[in-house]
Amino acid sequence: MDLAALRLSLLLSTLTTLALLALGLPIAQWLATTRWRWKVLVEAVVALPLVLPPTVLGFYLLVAFGPSSPLGRAFIAATGHTLAFSFEGLLLASILYSLPFAVQPFAAALARVDPRLVEASYTLGESRLQTFRRVTLPMALPGVVAGAVLAFAHTLGEFGVVLMVGGNLPGATRTLSISIFDAVEQLDYASAGRTSALLLAVSFSVLVLTYALQRRSLLG
Amino acid sequence: MPSLAFEIERSYPRGPTVRAALEVPLDAAPVTVLYGPSGSGKTTVLRCLAGLDVPDAGFIRFGGETWVDRGARRIVPPQRRGVGLLFQEYALFPHLTVAANIGYALRTVEARERAARVEDVARLLRISELLPRRPDRLSGGQRQRVALARALAPRPRLLLLDEPLSALDAPTREELRGELRMLLERTGIPSIVVTHDRVEAMALGDRMAVLVEGAVRQVGAVHEVFSEPADLVVARVVGTENVAPARLVVRREGLALVQVDSARLWAVDPGHVERDAYACIRAEDVVLEPAPTTATSARNELMGTVRAVSGEGALVRVTLDCGFRLVALVTRASAARLALEPGARVAALVKAPAIRLIPRSA
Repeated sequence: MDLAALRLSLLLSTLTTLALLALGLPIAQWLATTRWRWKVLVEAVVALPLVLPPTVLGFYLLVAFGPSSPLGRAFIAATGHTLAFSFEGLLLASILYSLPFAVQPFAAALARVDPRLVEASYTLGESRLQTFRRVTLPMALPGVVAGAVLAFAHTLGEFGVVLMVGGNLPGATRTLSISIFDAVEQLDYASAGRTSALLLAVSFSVLVLTYALQRRSLLG
Repeated sequence: MPSLAFEIERSYPRGPTVRAALEVPLDAAPVTVLYGPSGSGKTTVLRCLAGLDVPDAGFIRFGGETWVDRGARRIVPPQRRGVGLLFQEYALFPHLTVAANIGYALRTVEARERAARVEDVARLLRISELLPRRPDRLSGGQRQRVALARALAPRPRLLLLDEPLSALDAPTREELRGELRMLLERTGIPSIVVTHDRVEAMALGDRMAVLVEGAVRQVGAVHEVFSEPADLVVARVVGTENVAPARLVVRREGLALVQVDSARLWAVDPGHVERDAYACIRAEDVVLEPAPTTATSARNELMGTVRAVSGEGALVRVTLDCGFRLVALVTRASAARLALEPGARVAALVKAPAIRLIPRSA
């Protein structure tokens, strides 16, 4: 089994999940509470990676990351190397690719929090931020954990986007799924089988955990 | 005298418009009841006072502070009003223990002092043994007390109660009504209680404002508003009932003798009256007879003088002075037979079961 690929995939998934918690929770809270009439547009943008072929998303990211785009040029100026075919580029792509898997469960859980609890907190003197920390987030916790777990698992298994923007550089962009693809191409079915079995086991456990958590949040 | 004064206007898309104005003194008699049928805008008024809703126009002033002044674009957020709000369904935080619920507003208070204050409030409400529990392990009555404790812990300057007893089952409601009044009295915090329940209004309020279709129609002492509605609209909302302050004299064989002004009446003893109560008599339960020439000793036979007579459809509304003000509804035929006119003497008869006593304190 390709241990370097496993390590890279775990690191990528962890960082992506953390970034999605930091970025996704504010977006989800906004989606759950706003009465803005064009909110559907934002919802659709967030959900796009669900229906778009990973190659399409990957293609646009590749163009956006390239040295001819403002983003790509700024990154080269700051770090000396290109965003495309780098770990940083891969991380950015993963965040966008897994966005709906985090934001949708977050938003659903946050929307279910009883608004009277939030109002009670306001009348008891707590600010919006403190109320979110002390009431909204604990009440929505099972959904937030479910979203984080899904984002983690989804990043762990991503393939198309990685291939498009990351390529296949050992230790930098060669993730588990790329490693499996490689092994099969070289007719090394034994290695591909071991890695696949690992991904299958991880994915299955993650889903069992997620459904158990959601069940608990519905019951209590 | 410091007062809470507001004049607010709030309308909703496809909903009713609330245009209410009221001034309530912040003094010794602490409980003001905001009474009205459902949909009259009571909760809107309460939410505007708490700062959870913002009026489209108008102002809210509390003592020397301005909480809302739409003209000057001034709106004080709920966090800075120092108002305690008791929600209809109590809205306890389900993920926190009772102690953490009560101490919720005291986050910035040092831990030992916070614990002491939580215990103080818990003792006042007699819920000390509930402190380690979670809200889902509490009965309705216990939840109400915990919610009240949570609202009282930060020492609010104004207490708002939204239908405080409506989430309870009937026996618990009976039991807690008097207790709630006693607590509100003891804390001395000016309170506004929203209710559509007449008994609740009488049991809890010192003064009462009647809200109909978003507007305040009458303000006054609770029994005055019930006994002397200002107009037909208020009368329809509060019903035709005599409500008079009464004081328990003696109990005997399941009956209670109460003093109402200078008259004495026997009523069926409801049990938990200690001293003060309201005696409620429906106007159609009062029977009028010609005044006997000799004094009788019949129970609840009151000698009175007719003060006013007015037609009300098939019935005649007769206002009597029989030691207290009593309104009777009689048919036109018997009004003619008794020759009812101002100054006439009549006897008014009220059966003991027709007198309902509503206790004023537990």
